[in-house]
Amino acid sequence: MNPPLPPRRKADPLALPRQALMPQGGRSRAALGLAAMAAQGRFTLQVCVACGATQYPPRDVCHECLGTDLPWRDVATGATLLGETTVHLSGDTYFRVRTPWRTGLVALDCGPSAVAHVHPDVTPAGRARMRLMLDRSGQGVLLALPERDTANMMDDPMIREMTCDPRGRRILITDGRSALGQEAARSLLAAGAAQVFLGIADAWKPFKGQDTLPGDAVPLDLTDATSVGELAAEFGGRIDIVVNTALHIRPGGPLDRRDLVSAREEMEAAYFGPLRLAQALGPTLRARAADGPYGACAWVNIHGIDALAPDPSFALTGAAQAAGLSLSQSLRTALAPIRVLTAFVGPLEDEWHQAIPPPKVTPSALAAAILRGLREGLEEIAVGDIAMDVMRRWRDNPATLARERAG
Amino acid sequence: MSSLAAFAADLLAGKIKVIDLTQTLSPEFPTIALPPMFGQCAPFRLEEISRYDDRGPAWYWNNFSCGEHTGTHFDAPIHWVSGKDLPNNTTDTIDAQNFIAPACVIDCSVQSAENPDFILTVEVIKAWEAKHGKIPAGNWVFLRTDWSKRSGAAYANVKEDGAHTPGPDPDAVKFLVEERDVIGFGVETIGTDAGQAHGFTPPYPAHFFMHGKGRFGLQCMANLDKLPPTGALIVSPPLKIKGGSGSPLRVLALVGA
Repeated sequence: MNPPLPPRRKADPLALPRQALMPQGGRSRAALGLAAMAAQGRFTLQVCVACGATQYPPRDVCHECLGTDLPWRDVATGATLLGETTVHLSGDTYFRVRTPWRTGLVALDCGPSAVAHVHPDVTPAGRARMRLMLDRSGQGVLLALPERDTANMMDDPMIREMTCDPRGRRILITDGRSALGQEAARSLLAAGAAQVFLGIADAWKPFKGQDTLPGDAVPLDLTDATSVGELAAEFGGRIDIVVNTALHIRPGGPLDRRDLVSAREEMEAAYFGPLRLAQALGPTLRARAADGPYGACAWVNIHGIDALAPDPSFALTGAAQAAGLSLSQSLRTALAPIRVLTAFVGPLEDEWHQAIPPPKVTPSALAAAILRGLREGLEEIAVGDIAMDVMRRWRDNPATLARERAG
Repeated sequence: MSSLAAFAADLLAGKIKVIDLTQTLSPEFPTIALPPMFGQCAPFRLEEISRYDDRGPAWYWNNFSCGEHTGTHFDAPIHWVSGKDLPNNTTDTIDAQNFIAPACVIDCSVQSAENPDFILTVEVIKAWEAKHGKIPAGNWVFLRTDWSKRSGAAYANVKEDGAHTPGPDPDAVKFLVEERDVIGFGVETIGTDAGQAHGFTPPYPAHFFMHGKGRFGLQCMANLDKLPPTGALIVSPPLKIKGGSGSPLRVLALVGA
């Protein structure tokens, strides 16, 4: 049985912190598909259209028939551990300070054999459940988990490296004025977060829930560089996960409005604000990414699914969301090895979507999805039926989706 | 010696004091909050351009942004629909002669402390006049409430049914404009009107009547408690914004030492 996660210890103020190094991240273009699928939490491999052979490692030509049409398909997750090695000494700068590290050769039920990271609770020659995970360099790797959950399974240091479980971590939620921010705080505290800071802008303006705020309220207005700078200076060294819940959604297309006032506010919330926060907080967060099992690990941005293709009735919000999404993609590289989780969401159950019929996403459903994404170490989630449907169509054909959405 | 030279000599000799009636422009200072379906006034924001660093090694400077009605600010007649067609009704066209004028200060700080919805009435104005004399034409009338001594939530004092801050009723504003021919009306609160003035007929009478007659407004002032009831000279030129409806400004009062 895997030992439980040791309690969080205070850092030795005289010790040089462990550098936030990453495992080797170079991959072929084909192998980047593993990361794209791991980001979504899917277990997929290339399957040859011509002969049906499953491929591993990813490649450009089928190992059986030399076919070149190798789409990614969901495949069976079962496997058998054929052999194993526990590495105690490594020349790799990332792994050498994280040994012992268990690896093994697994026979995948879907065909190929593969070298994988192996959880300590997988028994020798035993059955395993395979997952595609993102490692700290953001690349897709194979992980063999026990066939059934074991006690403290997710407490293993190897798993903590690949996931962003909020348990024991300190979290900043940027907009505590919103129902979403407050629900996220409740959800993360219930999941064992050590502390939740709730950013409150315009404290002089009353808001719902202000008397029952979960977590610790801190002054924070992402539209104000001074406020962001002060937050980063005061709390930057204590934040392990950022959950940016700032959303500013207003109806209207480019010709429905006669000015840029609201569009600027949307850009402030979706793009400039997160950029300010990343500039102020990012370097500290990144530097603390190897700070043991409770180190800084994740940055969550929420994007309207309009970021992929605008709904005409919320077109300007969609433009701002697209800008925000582009920033999230850049932050993946800039903040590495901090994981950037993008949560796509459809219409919310709020006052700005009164004219939109259900299904709509409640703050608690979105908060629950973010928690799941962090625990599973994902980079991309679509929350609610609308977002999932739009995402599926976007993956199928973005150009068609844009025309569909345009109505 | 000309009167202007005498004034300058008194100023240099410290016989005239300059009192700053301005709140500091800062990001956290409350701005007026309209219902969310309306366009909103931008709060004050500062973005650093450089600070003796690689962006500019020997100099420090910022870009700032805000609405015309952010912080201590001036309201021009064009701000309100009632003044939209008047001549010279914008910050760039108002005759500069208007930017220096004496002020009468009506102290309602005690009443406002007791009742945040205190309403300035003709009766209150006449009681003040009985003590300090008739308000001369061309004067500012400032409503002292000591509201500027509050901050944050207590300053904005926004409840579920809107803001609760002192201000004048319609008759009082009409009286000041039509019977006393004042140059404008100035307050310490976010608006020249009371927080609940949307309920008056007409709504927002200080805006409606003052601007409808080409008069001005000054809002979010401070230090009115340092002014005498009469005799202070107010310097209040807004930024010369082309077509501007108002602007943040520095308001100064000159008073005898």
